[in-house]
Amino acid sequence: MSSNTAPRRSADHFVAPVSETPVAAIDQVKLSGQRSNLWTDAWRDLRRRPLFWVSSIFILLFIVVALFPTLFTSVPPNAGCQLVDSNAGPSADHILGLTKQGCDVYSRIVHGAGASLAVGFIVIALSGITGAIIGSIAGFFGGWVDSVLMRLGDIFFSIPYILAAVVIMSVFSAYVNVFVVALAIGAFTWPSTARVMRSEVLRVKNSDFVMAGTALGQSRLALMFKHVLPNSIPPVIVVTTLSLAAAITAEATLSFLGVGLPSGTMSWGNDISAAQSDLRSNPATLIYPSLALTITVLSFVIFGETLRESLDPKARALR
Amino acid sequence: MTDTRTPLLEVKDLEVAFRTQRGSVKALNGVSFTIEHGETVAIVGESGSGKSTTAAAIINLLPGTGQITNGQVLFEGQDLAKASRSQLEHVRGRGIGFVPQDPMSNLNPVWSVGFQVEETIRANGVATSPRDVKKKAVEVLKQAGLDDADKRMRQFPHQFSGGMRQRVLIGIGLSGDPKLLIADEPTSALDVTVQRRILDHLGTLTGDAGTAVLFITHDLGLAAERAEKLIVMYKGDIVEAGPSLEVLQNPLHPYTQRLIAAAPSLASRRIQGSEQKLGELKHDTETDAGSVDLITAAEERAEHLAANPSEPVIQIRDLTKVFKIRTGGFRSVDFTAVDKVSFEIPKGTTTALVGESGSGKSTVAKLLLGLESATSGSISVGGRDITTLNRRELFRLRRTMQPVFQDPYGTLDPLVNIGNTIAEPLKIHGVGDRDSRRDRVTELLEQVALPVELADRYPNELSGGQRQRVAVARALALKPEIIVLDEAVSALDVLVQAQILQLLAELQSELGLTYLFITHDLAVVRVIADNVCVMQKGRIVEQASTDEVFASPKEQYTRDLLDAIPGAGIKIGV
Amino acid sequence: MVFYVIRRILQAIPVLIGTTFLIYFLVFAMPGNPVQALFGDKTPNPALLAELEKQYHLNEPFIVQYLYYLRDVVTGNFGVSFSGQSVNDVLARTFPVTARLALMAVVIEMVVGVTIGLVAGLRKGKLFDLSSLVISLLFLSVPIFVICFIGQFFLGFKLGWFRTTVGADASIPNLILPAIVLASSLVAINIRLTRGSVIETLNNDFVRTAYSKGLSRRRVIPVHVLRNSLIPVTTQLGADFGILLVGATVTEGIFNVPGVGNTLYQAIIRGERPTVVSFVTVMVLLYLVVNIIIDLIYAVLDPRIRYVK
Repeated sequence: MSSNTAPRRSADHFVAPVSETPVAAIDQVKLSGQRSNLWTDAWRDLRRRPLFWVSSIFILLFIVVALFPTLFTSVPPNAGCQLVDSNAGPSADHILGLTKQGCDVYSRIVHGAGASLAVGFIVIALSGITGAIIGSIAGFFGGWVDSVLMRLGDIFFSIPYILAAVVIMSVFSAYVNVFVVALAIGAFTWPSTARVMRSEVLRVKNSDFVMAGTALGQSRLALMFKHVLPNSIPPVIVVTTLSLAAAITAEATLSFLGVGLPSGTMSWGNDISAAQSDLRSNPATLIYPSLALTITVLSFVIFGETLRESLDPKARALR
Repeated sequence: MTDTRTPLLEVKDLEVAFRTQRGSVKALNGVSFTIEHGETVAIVGESGSGKSTTAAAIINLLPGTGQITNGQVLFEGQDLAKASRSQLEHVRGRGIGFVPQDPMSNLNPVWSVGFQVEETIRANGVATSPRDVKKKAVEVLKQAGLDDADKRMRQFPHQFSGGMRQRVLIGIGLSGDPKLLIADEPTSALDVTVQRRILDHLGTLTGDAGTAVLFITHDLGLAAERAEKLIVMYKGDIVEAGPSLEVLQNPLHPYTQRLIAAAPSLASRRIQGSEQKLGELKHDTETDAGSVDLITAAEERAEHLAANPSEPVIQIRDLTKVFKIRTGGFRSVDFTAVDKVSFEIPKGTTTALVGESGSGKSTVAKLLLGLESATSGSISVGGRDITTLNRRELFRLRRTMQPVFQDPYGTLDPLVNIGNTIAEPLKIHGVGDRDSRRDRVTELLEQVALPVELADRYPNELSGGQRQRVAVARALALKPEIIVLDEAVSALDVLVQAQILQLLAELQSELGLTYLFITHDLAVVRVIADNVCVMQKGRIVEQASTDEVFASPKEQYTRDLLDAIPGAGIKIGV
Repeated sequence: MVFYVIRRILQAIPVLIGTTFLIYFLVFAMPGNPVQALFGDKTPNPALLAELEKQYHLNEPFIVQYLYYLRDVVTGNFGVSFSGQSVNDVLARTFPVTARLALMAVVIEMVVGVTIGLVAGLRKGKLFDLSSLVISLLFLSVPIFVICFIGQFFLGFKLGWFRTTVGADASIPNLILPAIVLASSLVAINIRLTRGSVIETLNNDFVRTAYSKGLSRRRVIPVHVLRNSLIPVTTQLGADFGILLVGATVTEGIFNVPGVGNTLYQAIIRGERPTVVSFVTVMVLLYLVVNIIIDLIYAVLDPRIRYVK
């Protein structure tokens, strides 16, 4: 192992040729072509992800189906159900076959989308917003306000929300509609949003730029709205999207248990519940609404997860 | 078995690349050096120079997607770059020991300290029977400086102080009796006095055992003081290497020259040094825009001061701050963070408040800025006691006094663009209309030497140093008289730090600013401050002019701090 | 540690009071005779009605009613079910079955979830990782009752590997299919959590230091990676238990497992609300207790918690 270099352990003083190792100016400003901040970066990242587009397209599709079901089927879901056709297989008129009552499965799925999505969106409108407000108040004021609100959240959090909804729905069974179901679910899901919001507010509140704002003489409230809240929102959006998915599942579970939407209302949960007795004879009546339900929930879950991976640098590292 | 003619470690044309989304990025472009048996070598460089990558590549533990793409790492003739996993496992620990940078994160929090030492001893076959392993572990920890090692073996890392943990890590690094110890910034996370004690101890241990040491450090002073040989790295290349003193006294590469000119610990002793040398240095680096020299800055300041003798603008009397600390349950104890602190700052000058972590220096800054309220004592600014101001008066006072904080990554709101960040103080205080505010932002950006196009960009496009400039611009927006700099340059690389210090000095002479400069780094104090207050445990133990403190410190604690400045023992440029 | 245990139990008291009050308030703050209302359009047995009115102290003011109820809950007296049986008797019969099922599900969750999660985390970005992510997302999105039917239809009916309903004989072999179904969504959660936790732990400095000490991969992975990764996984078990309770209700109902969940399921679909309220209360109590136990396990796993104060 010999080499051409000079003897070792000598006082040789090596200098790299300056032409090969040019020295750049200290701390030069290098600007990229495009402006970037958290939101534009996240968008640039999301734009490149197929899963984001697939889930967005499915979500949009389900929203359009829910709003305008008649665009997708001309067969009314209930009218014209003939018991004679009970459990008939797929045909040209009824591409997914018929239920036990002789109703068109496809049409019922299309018309059932509304209930699921409505419950989902009302739940996040109620519990997401309530949770975000309670969380930011707790984080903003701190002290005893924080303790009281968070202990209250602990109490609501200590009852599994579907069980709580079962009790509420049992009591209010006379008044059931989409809003009551959403309320029953949302009443016990707000603490998770509140917790995320609070911890984000506390994190941002302690950052130096908020202290710099205080030193500038900005009021606490102005700081909250100008600096703290905008920086606290991203994780809350993610949690909200995921709880939308959970709310849709919860509605279906309640309807399945018979304490959700009234049996007359078109809903995937109700249809699955009604089809369970025909599982062996006509599994299609159970499988198709289940599939619709699963794809909807999956779309929101994937949407939420891709959003998280783009907005949260910690989650990005897991990719 | 060792052939004394083959070097202990020979790194040849080492290239390392990291895979990223945009293809592979080279971190090392062919690095070669050797370490002889028993030799101490230091690699010096700024962040991004590739110094830590070199250390990791030697023991083949590159983080993430890093890979050795070319070259050899010959350890006693064996190429570690191509060694198998089990061969590497054999070399690590008993051939090459490793002491990592951050004592807080390098011990596993869920295992006791004894467990983590014992598993090392067992893995390296130093001892096998449980009793021998335990005995050896206690011995290793005692050697590393933990006197009550047998009692503390069962404790967990979080029950140890940072300095103690670093001692444990040194013990672990040396427990396999390695021939080479790689120490990657082993003490940068610690207070200076602790840092010195630990480095001394490490020196003794390796010296006694004849262990070769490779230091990785950003601190030229530390490197020169501790190592026989210096390797200066810049952007993945070795730009200069040689005997430490030789490199320091006769730097040949412009980058090394620049680094030496900017290192506060070395520069401070050069102020009285040869003027001619400085002239040469400046000449060599003239081609490079943005080259800095702290001495010029210091001289300008001194001239300015001599021309303008001034009266105090800040007077602090018996300032005390007591925090209540909850100790579980419902009890709480009083903790006096600031204890009867008194000092004055003459207008247009810089007073440095120096102390180690927990000395209460940052609390003083917060009290002065009105971010915390004092328990007792008075703070007067421009002759008015600010502890008795009402909200409106306090609001007006804030125009005259602005802070710059330590963490460049936390100081700017990531969602607000640079222009709006700098204009925010003007908006809050209702100064000017939109157009005049925009003009002022342009003016401020020029003042801190940033391009005007930055106004509609966001902070995440900027480096740490550039963010600190923006923070300075924001602080200057309202034309304040006083700026409180709370560790404002501590998180920056040496060259960037020097650049910001120079900017601060220029702004001071231009605008007649008064600075309160909070820092843990006495070396920086020498090049920026006129007066120094040394704080320890909430009290000011010594205050005097900078020259006095450096020339004839009265307190033992000040002397300890001065001695602890890395490189304090070396004379260069004389 | 003793201090920690006491503090954790003390913390549970206001939550216990809060949750029971909440349930009680939801059910009994309604105007009119709440017991009558509980029966909805069903006609109650007059003897049962009298029994319930006595149980809930309806002639007392609301807050006193609640205090009686709280006393009953704390002393383990859950009253009578719709059919007139003592809830405690029903519990004594059904609880062991549910405990067995839940334990099987948790074991499956931990073994399958942690194993797949660990391998996926160690092989981040590889085929195994990506496919386990896709599968876990899928299981996370399919509602539990759909999984029940799929399991029942394919594994039970089509393939004939398992009995489609359990019936009276709730032995371990008979419970395998319900346990797998019940564990499925928990496994999905567990895989994702373990994987994330493993990747985060791998990035810790102490893992690199462990390698630099000369430790082999065979030692570093279990001792320094897996051990630390289990801490967040264990904490999640507490929240998972809520999913487990709801899942047990649906699963036991569909597979006709004679457990607590099935009793609740039957009560829900038959509209026997007093029973519903009693059993939900029991489950909430169980949830609180399990969460205390998990917090204590957490303290054992993480010395930083154990030695605080």
